[in-house]
Parts: sequence; structure tokens; C-alpha cells
Amino acid sequence: MNLTLNVWRQKGPSDKGGFKTYKLSDISEHMSFLEMIDVLNEQLLRGGEEPVHFDHDCREGICGSCSMYINGRAHGPQQLTATCQLHMRSFKDGDTITVEPWRAKAFPVVKDLVVDRSAFDRIIQAGGYVSVNTGGVPDANEIPVPKKIADEAFNAATCISCGACVAACKNASAMLFVSAKVSQLALLPQGKVERKTRVEKMAAQMDLEGFGACSNTGACTAECPKGISQDNIARMNREYFGAKFTSDNV
Amino acid sequence: MNLDSKIPAGPLAEKWTKHKFNVKLVNPANKRKYEVIVVGTGLAGASAAASLGELGYNVKAFCFHDSPRRAHSIAAQGGINAAKNYQNDGDSVYRLFYDTVKGGDYRSREGNVYRLAEVSVNIIDQCVAQGVPFAREYGGLLDNRSFGGAQVSRTFYAKGQTGQQLLIGAYQALSRQVTNGKVKLYTRSEMLDLVMIDGQARGIITRNLITGKIERHAAHAVILATGGYGNVFYLSTNAMGSNATAAWRAHRRGALFANPCYTQIHPTCIPVSGSYQSKLTLMSESLRNDGRVWVPKTVELAEKIRKGELTAIDIKEEDRDYYLERRYPSFGNLVPRDVASRNAKMACDEGRGVGPTGLAVYLDFADAIKRDGRDTVEARYGNLFEMYEKITGDDPYKLPMKIYPAVHYTMGGLWVDYNLMTNIPGLYALGEANFSDHGANRLGASALMQGLADGYFVIPYTLGDYLAGNMNTKNDITHPAFDEAEKGVRDTINKLLSIKGKRTVDDFHRELGHIMWEYCGMSRTAEGLTKARGMVRKLREEFWTDVNVGGTNEELNMTLEKANRVADFLELGELMIVDALHREESCGGHFREEYQTEEGEALRNDDDFAYVAAWEFKGTGKDEVLHKEDLVFENVKLTQRSYK
Amino acid sequence: MSWITQTFSSTIGRKLLVAASGLFLIIFLIGHVSGNFLLFKDDGGRAFNEYTEFMTTNQLVQIVRWLTYTLILVHIFVTIFLSSRNRKARPVGYKEARPSENSPWTSRNMGILGTLIAVFLVIHMGNFWYKMKFGDIPFVTYESRGTLRDLYSVVIYSFTSLWYTLLYVGMMIFLGLHLAHGFRSSFQTLGLRHRKYTPIIEKISIAFAIIVPLLFAIMPLYIYFKYA
Repeated sequence: MNLTLNVWRQKGPSDKGGFKTYKLSDISEHMSFLEMIDVLNEQLLRGGEEPVHFDHDCREGICGSCSMYINGRAHGPQQLTATCQLHMRSFKDGDTITVEPWRAKAFPVVKDLVVDRSAFDRIIQAGGYVSVNTGGVPDANEIPVPKKIADEAFNAATCISCGACVAACKNASAMLFVSAKVSQLALLPQGKVERKTRVEKMAAQMDLEGFGACSNTGACTAECPKGISQDNIARMNREYFGAKFTSDNV
Repeated sequence: MNLDSKIPAGPLAEKWTKHKFNVKLVNPANKRKYEVIVVGTGLAGASAAASLGELGYNVKAFCFHDSPRRAHSIAAQGGINAAKNYQNDGDSVYRLFYDTVKGGDYRSREGNVYRLAEVSVNIIDQCVAQGVPFAREYGGLLDNRSFGGAQVSRTFYAKGQTGQQLLIGAYQALSRQVTNGKVKLYTRSEMLDLVMIDGQARGIITRNLITGKIERHAAHAVILATGGYGNVFYLSTNAMGSNATAAWRAHRRGALFANPCYTQIHPTCIPVSGSYQSKLTLMSESLRNDGRVWVPKTVELAEKIRKGELTAIDIKEEDRDYYLERRYPSFGNLVPRDVASRNAKMACDEGRGVGPTGLAVYLDFADAIKRDGRDTVEARYGNLFEMYEKITGDDPYKLPMKIYPAVHYTMGGLWVDYNLMTNIPGLYALGEANFSDHGANRLGASALMQGLADGYFVIPYTLGDYLAGNMNTKNDITHPAFDEAEKGVRDTINKLLSIKGKRTVDDFHRELGHIMWEYCGMSRTAEGLTKARGMVRKLREEFWTDVNVGGTNEELNMTLEKANRVADFLELGELMIVDALHREESCGGHFREEYQTEEGEALRNDDDFAYVAAWEFKGTGKDEVLHKEDLVFENVKLTQRSYK
Repeated sequence: MSWITQTFSSTIGRKLLVAASGLFLIIFLIGHVSGNFLLFKDDGGRAFNEYTEFMTTNQLVQIVRWLTYTLILVHIFVTIFLSSRNRKARPVGYKEARPSENSPWTSRNMGILGTLIAVFLVIHMGNFWYKMKFGDIPFVTYESRGTLRDLYSVVIYSFTSLWYTLLYVGMMIFLGLHLAHGFRSSFQTLGLRHRKYTPIIEKISIAFAIIVPLLFAIMPLYIYFKYA
């Protein structure tokens, strides 16, 4: 099929940037979206132009690197699908496709479609862990965890940290990401010891990074490639108030 | 060169315990005086960096991703083995050890493998304590599944995302040490050279991928946990960025590269659909528990399918050849990975392959659906079926899946001793980057086990042994060795940027992949390998005269990053061929057509080749020198594997 | 005590203020709409005026009244604060965005709806409350009850005006849309979510968003068609 691409090009963080239009022909519907961009880049390189920079790695929807805002949707039109798993059969011959980077103050553009998501790492560093050292831990079967709880914790833990929730949210809020981690560790007995401090610290870091507030639009869950549930946000709110009103941190 | 594996003497089961007692310790107050570099933040790297930070060392952790959590360990699906014997089905440390040595076709070290099996149980405890949400039974205890190459259920899993969950656990432990100030993270930083002072590894040169700045980092020890080199083949189940550069540049500095020809080809991957293909996607091995593998009996029928005149469901039962069930009645569709892969290739070579390219076989669930119902099949494999449909557009509930083998894992890697130290003092290799535990073939669910064993439970002990003997060395990035290494890195980059040829980096990479797959892939011949070696050499020459790398060094330049990596693949590819050519036997992931039994199975030659082949770099374009470490089997009897 | 300021200067803490004040105002609406029903009583406005008298003199009601004013202001100012932060969280917008494919319109336009309601509130208060407090309100005398201020006639008079009736009815549509998201969203923000009762809350939320504004809207229409 033949396509017209409107791609955001920006040389670096301080560059103003703008859209550029490219024509592509003979694109197979079996290609993944990123393979289509590969074809564009080969074309650009042959013409002596700089290729479009974008983050990508595993190309099987799990590393969370890919991050394209395609035709007004985070990760494009298909639900529960990261950009790398989106295939061209979701588009029609003659389509014009607009590709933009994630947009958020906390995710500054590095180059073209590459953004800096280190804010997520700093939120995890603020407390998204269980403080156990290697060795000296009890036997794995010492603490039974009800299957339902384990499954729910797992569902929260499937977050791939791609940032689509922030990109899709009209407030650029990171609540879904933060709440997924808070939930996972609050649900499991292993995480209960630090649950109050954890949620306080992670929420504070989230605000510090400049993300917006959650207004419960549900856009994050709708665009999340892993379908992380809004339940987590409610749970995090609960954890947060519980911690704020009962923790020892004055 | 004398390759001393430093395997402790004494009974197998006591080696590690004794060794842990015998290694030198660094006292807690002194630990903070040491700096350690860890390159790579996958399972091995992240767990090592976290554990060393906890002990008190000052760790610098490097990854080329934007976040340590994106390392390709994250993509592992199936699970992690551990000899917990929670299922009461006769598992033990010894059985896991035995299965792994046998699965590796008797080309691994007994001592290392036994230690791996021994610490496997601690890994599960550790991960659960971190909050890794493993699958559980209704009673709240951990669930297990069975996996290829074993007769017990010892695989712990978190749906089809075990690697993700384990990596995030390690990443969180690492993040905690970042907060504690014991680990300093360097993301989007790629190691481009190893710095050696007085024969010891004392630092690395990195490129900041955002600014292009070439940086110097000094340390008392350097740990490489940079993964495997499967991307030599261009198409593989590895991530796009997985590369061998750190390991290869260490090799160029003198670290021996062991068994480079041992490559694992995974039998159940989604076939190549066109020349634009950038990577291959694995479908979990567990599918073979219920799926039946077949191709049409005749070339004529296969041809009609390829042309689209017929589909799989038009083929009558008597016209189908369930070749695995036919050839291996006792194991059937559950033969080990190498056997399943080779048989798929044979069927396609005979012209009986399906799909537009003729390079695919069917994996059919029709019988399983008929027998157990669609719901049961969906509960077991739902997410895999969905993924398949997303990628191919076909509904596997209606049409059989099309699968084909693809490069998945590399058993070879930097040579290390029992302490995981390479032959360069102070340079360690962990996880897939080393060669140590899987022999010629890795069993399913063992890669995660090895990565975490190395990082959590081996290196924290063995590193101290080396550091304790190096109390008074100071780190100094102004040392002439750093000047020399940095200059080398800059020269290579400048050279790549100045060629301004016609062919793109991907173009070279793709061609290298073709050569490697064709001649050094699932089956190899002396003739093919000799030819391939010439082709790779020629391609490498062409690369250095005709590659087109645009842009500059002082910016985010992904073409330059790729060029650096492909340059190394072009050298490593040749070494793989040389190794495959010299190993005149078939074993595990290395199948030489000249060496097979009458039934077409791999034929080992234990008399002449029961050794580790460790190669020494002698200079660009020069032949590498082979060093042999003989494998001693005191506990396991070497036998021919049979799955009939 | 810094934990208090800390809590309520965080985004989640502020959302708590919005949700809690919102829920209070929802309860207020129930009270308000019930009071309005006295206007339907065909007694020359006696019941309504007696109710008005009670509402302006009872001490407990006065406390609730000031609480309501305060919470309306909290609701408004905290959301202004949050909205401004939210806008700053995305300094560069998208060229092409299709939010309708991932979220309901109401949830994304609470600010606009809220502003319209606030403007209406000013007019509404000017009309009735201001007049009641400071304006020129006629008096009416009832047997065995004495003289009361006759807000009833003011109301009847107001709704004989077509434009005011239309404004009022129109505003109730916006109020309904605001409630459609606000009701269920408050529970989510307060963390009250469970697979057992969330579906119920969502149904009540929709029912409330339709029924309450409808009840509000019937009153001016009734008066307009009866008296105009």
C-alpha cells in the first residue's frame, strides 16, 4: 500500500522541531509499524537524510521502549497493543498517518520521537521496591499468598513502563504507572511492611517530576498496552490517604 | 596459555560450600573503598549490581537503554527452573544438575552446573521476598509447570511473562541501591572498550548515546553482563539492540571467547514474512505440549498450499505427515529444541514447507480443541494465540499456526573460570555473556536461572576473593592506558563516519545474517563453512570501505550505534564459523552434517572434542588461536542422547 | 503539622478535596431539589415561604449554609489550581489527538462544565439569594404564621421570563453532564472501588445525573407554562 507520513522531527532538546511529510510506497500489510518506519529510514539514509530516531528494542511488546503517538492515539489505533506489535493491516492504502512523540513536561523530547522517561525510574527509586537484601530470606513457600491476590498483583506488575498512560492522559498524569507498582507491592504480604512509606514517597516523587493530576477519564487504561486497571488508581488513593493519616512520618 | 578452571577439588556436592569458605573476604569497612563497574542491567547485571551495592561496594551500572528495566531478559516467557521439589515428584539438586549436563550434550563443566542447580533454590526465595508475583495454587503456595528436557515439574512461572517479573524484581533491588547511593546508574551509555593496566581490567570507555561524549570510568573490577550475540544472524528472537560489542571489545583486549559456534535455534517461532522483517518472535515452547507438528506428505500438495490454492484444512488426514510423532514415537512433539528445529528444516528442505516462502511447518491445535474444548485450550495458551493473531492476522483456533525455527540463545561467550572471572584478572562475565553452564544446548527455563544465580549468589562471593588481593590499587582515569583506549574508540568512530559509502548498516547486517543462517545455522558442513568464512571476510572489507553512516558523533545517532555493533558482529561471525569448522562432531546446537548417525541424529565425538574451545584474539584479520580446556566428567556418564 | 499541608498540597490530596466537596455538593443538591418541590404545592407559596424562613433562620442550617459556600469555593479553587497544573504538565500539545476514542467527553470537560455551572450559580444567587439577603423582597402574611418574606413570588416572577427559564433548563443539562462524571469519579478518587459495588455506583451515578437535573428543570418549566 501507499502511505503519507507526517512525522515529528526535532534535532535535539533545544530545537523547535516540526512536522515533515514523507511518501512511502509498496508497504506490505504484514509489516509491523516499526518495520514500516525502518523502510522509511532506509529510504532517508539512501537519500542522504538523517533517519527518524525512535526508541524500540524487543519488538514483541514487553520492553516498553516504543512510544509513538499515532493518528492521535498512544501506540496507534489498536487496543492492548504496543507500537511494535501494531501491524500495517490496521491501516488502509492511501492513508495519511501522523506520528508524534509522547508529550509531557516530565517526558522531554530528546530527538525526533525519542523522549526521556527517566522520571519513571526516579519514581521507582523513591520506593517502588521491597527492602530485602540478597540472601537471608525465608523459604519461598513460607508465606502463602491467596491465588486471587497473587493474580491481581501480577496484573498490576505487567506494566511495561512505556508511558502511554501519561501520553494519553489529558493531564499527562502518571497515576496509572505509579499506582500499578504501589498496588502490586501493597497487595503482597512481602510489600506490606513498607506500604505506607512507599506510597508517600512515590506519590511525592510523582508530583515533583511535574506530572499532572488524575481526573479519572480512564484514557490511561484504554490506551495501556497491558490493560492495567483503574482499580489500581483507586487502591493507590486509598493507600495514600491511609498512609497520610496514619503513618509515622510527620 | 594454561586455562585453569579453578574448580575446587572434592566431592561435587561440597565444592561450592568449601569454595565459599576458602575465598578471601573483604571486610565491611574496606568494601566501600572499592569501585566496581557492571555493564548491562539484565537479570545478571541488575542482580549483581544490586547485590554488590548491598554488600557495600561502590557500583557503577551501565546500560544502553533509557532505563535498566528494558534489558532483553524482560522478554523471557516460560519460566525459571529451581530444584525445590515442591511437587514431591522426585526432583533434587542432583537431578537438575544431571538434566542440565545431559541437555547440554555433555559439553559443560560439572562443577559450574552443580553450583547452578544448588543455588537455584535460593533464587526463588529471593525473588518471592522481593515481591515477584509468581503463579500460585489455590492454597496459596507456588505453582510449577513442566518444561522440555525434564521429567519433573520444577519450572516457576508468572504466566507468559516470567522474565519480565524477575527482571523488574532485580531492577527494583537495583533502584533501591541507587537511592542508597551505592549504585550510580549510567543509562544510554554504551561500553566501547575495556581499559587494561598492568594486565588487569581497570576501567572502560563508554559513549554517552545522547551527547556522543566519550567517557572514562575506572574501577577495581569490571563485570560484563551484556547478554548473548544471537543478533549476528540479523534475524533472531533477540531485541534489536542486543549486541556483542562489550564482550567482543574485551575479547580484542585478550579475553578468550569460548565455544562461539554453540547457537540455540528455537523451533517454535513465527516464520519470516518478508525481506523487510526486522526480528523474529518466539512462541513459547509450551505450545508443543498440545500442538501437533506436520507438513503435507507430498511436495505437490505443499506447492499448492504455497501458491494459495489450498489451505491447511483442505489437506486430508492421510495426506499429512506428523513427522516428529513418526520419527520419535516416544517423545513425539516434545523432543528437545535442537531436534525439533533440525527436523523442521529437513521437511522444508525437501520442499514440503508451507506458507508463501515455503519456510514454515504447521503446529496444529485442531485435535487439542476437539479433545479438550476451545475453552481449555484458550485458558492454557490464550495470550500466545492472541499474540500470534496480532502478528500474522491468522486465527490459530481455525487455522493451524505456521512456525519455523529461529536463533534464540547463544551458549558460547567469554571464557570464565569457576569464579566467573575471564582470563583477564579483574574482568568478569555473567549470564548469557559467559559460556559456562549450558554446554552445547540450553534447556528451557534455565537462562533466567543462570543469570540470577551468577548475579545474586556467585559474584558477591567470588569478587571479594580477587579484590582482597588488590588492596592498594588506586583508580586513575588519567593513566596513559585510558588515553590509548579512548583514542582507539574515537578513531573507530571517526573512521565509520568518514567512509560515507553507499550501503546502509542494516544492509550489511542483513547480508551477514543470511550468510550465517545459511552456512552456520541449523546444520553446517565443512564446505559451507569454508565458503562462508570467505564471504564474511569479503563483506567485512566492503563494510569498511562502503558503509554509509550519516550524522555526527556529537548527537543521538542510532545509525552510528548500529555501525559500531555490526562492525563487531562481522568479526565475531567469522570466529563462529572458524569454531564450527574446527569442531568436527555434532553436539547440541552445533550440527555438522558430516557427523550424524544413520538415522540423522547428532553424533558426538567425546574422545576428541570433550573440551571447551577458547579462542584468543591475535590482531585484526589474523587467525585466532585455539586453547583447550578439557572437560572432566567424574559424576555423569557420557551417553548418546536418544529420543526415539 | 507539616504533614497536613503536605497532604493537601499533593495532587492526590487536592483531588481528595475536590471529590469530598463534590460529594457534599451532591448531597446539597438533593436537599435543594427537595425544597424546590414545595413550589409545586398549590397553596399560594405558603409552604415554600415557610421553608425559606426556616432555611434562613435555623442555626444548624446556617452552619450547613456556610459549609456549603466554603466547599463550593474549595471545589472551585482547588480545581482551578489542579487544572493549571495539568495544563503545565503538557506544555506542547499534540497536533492530532483523538481522545474521544479512549475516554468519555464529560470526563475531559469537567472544567468547562464546571465554569458554566459557576457562572450560572452567580446569576442564580444574584436572582434569589442576593435579593433575599439584601434586595427588595415583598412580604406576605399568612394566617396563624404571621408575615414572611415572599420569595415564592420572586421565583414565580423570574420563571415567567422565557430567557431565564431557558437558561435554567439549559444549565441543568450541563449540571447533568458534570454529575455524570463527577459522581462516580468522586468515589474513585476516594478509593471506594470494588468489583462488588462499583458497578452499582456507576448505575446510580448515571441515574442521579439524569434524575436530579430533570427534577430541577421541571420546576421552571411548570411555572413558565402555568403563569407566563
